[in-house]
Amino acid sequence: MNVAKVLDCKGKCCPEPILDIKNAMTGLKSGDVVELQATDAGSVNDMASWSKRTGNAIIEQKQDGSVYIFYVQKK
Amino acid sequence: MSEDKTKRVAIIALHGTLDLAFPPLILASTAIAMDMEAAIFFTFYGLDIIKKNSNLQVPPLANPAMPYPVPAIPIGVPNIIGVLPGMTAMATMMMKGWMKKAGVMTTDKLIEACMKGGVRMIACQMTMDVMGVKKEELLDGVEIGGAGTFLDYACDADVTLSF
Repeated sequence: MNVAKVLDCKGKCCPEPILDIKNAMTGLKSGDVVELQATDAGSVNDMASWSKRTGNAIIEQKQDGSVYIFYVQKK
Repeated sequence: MSEDKTKRVAIIALHGTLDLAFPPLILASTAIAMDMEAAIFFTFYGLDIIKKNSNLQVPPLANPAMPYPVPAIPIGVPNIIGVLPGMTAMATMMMKGWMKKAGVMTTDKLIEACMKGGVRMIACQMTMDVMGVKKEELLDGVEIGGAGTFLDYACDADVTLSF
């Protein structure tokens, strides 16, 4: 996977990861992938809702210890 | 998104305490991040949230939900202690400490996110008149309006909240 940008949101809590991913989208091209790393457990549900609302797809998601990793593709 | 029309969130911020400043600011900034539009109507004590030199505090009185000062000892601060001078500052300091530890954005940062994202920050004209607040005392970018302004916006809202 070709990741255009990595966002480190570890240690940040609601709503910052959502605000950060939104900001990260600006300046990217359609199809670009952003990797978001978060430790906020709430981000799992929040990212799903954000993706549904904004239409930017989460193409892959995994957990590495306490870190949740999302790969978001700009629509 | 299945529908074309941008979703709209209309929020009333009525209280001027630090704890109650968070929900409207968090929800409005998140609405923008989720491709919605949002406005906050700051009325009565809520006006304090958008003052240039706002120093929001946490009231220690009549708040049984306040976490214990010492987490290991499950004893809250009795109301009788809460009336003592300095207790408001102490409760505020404690709350700021918890928020920082948890990694929560400050209200300043949230206000910045709201402003940058284009949240309409509407100060209540009537409250300003009643409390003697001048436009210069409010943050730049704040607009001034009344009940009609808010209701006009809220009429087309998908979500309306009051805090």
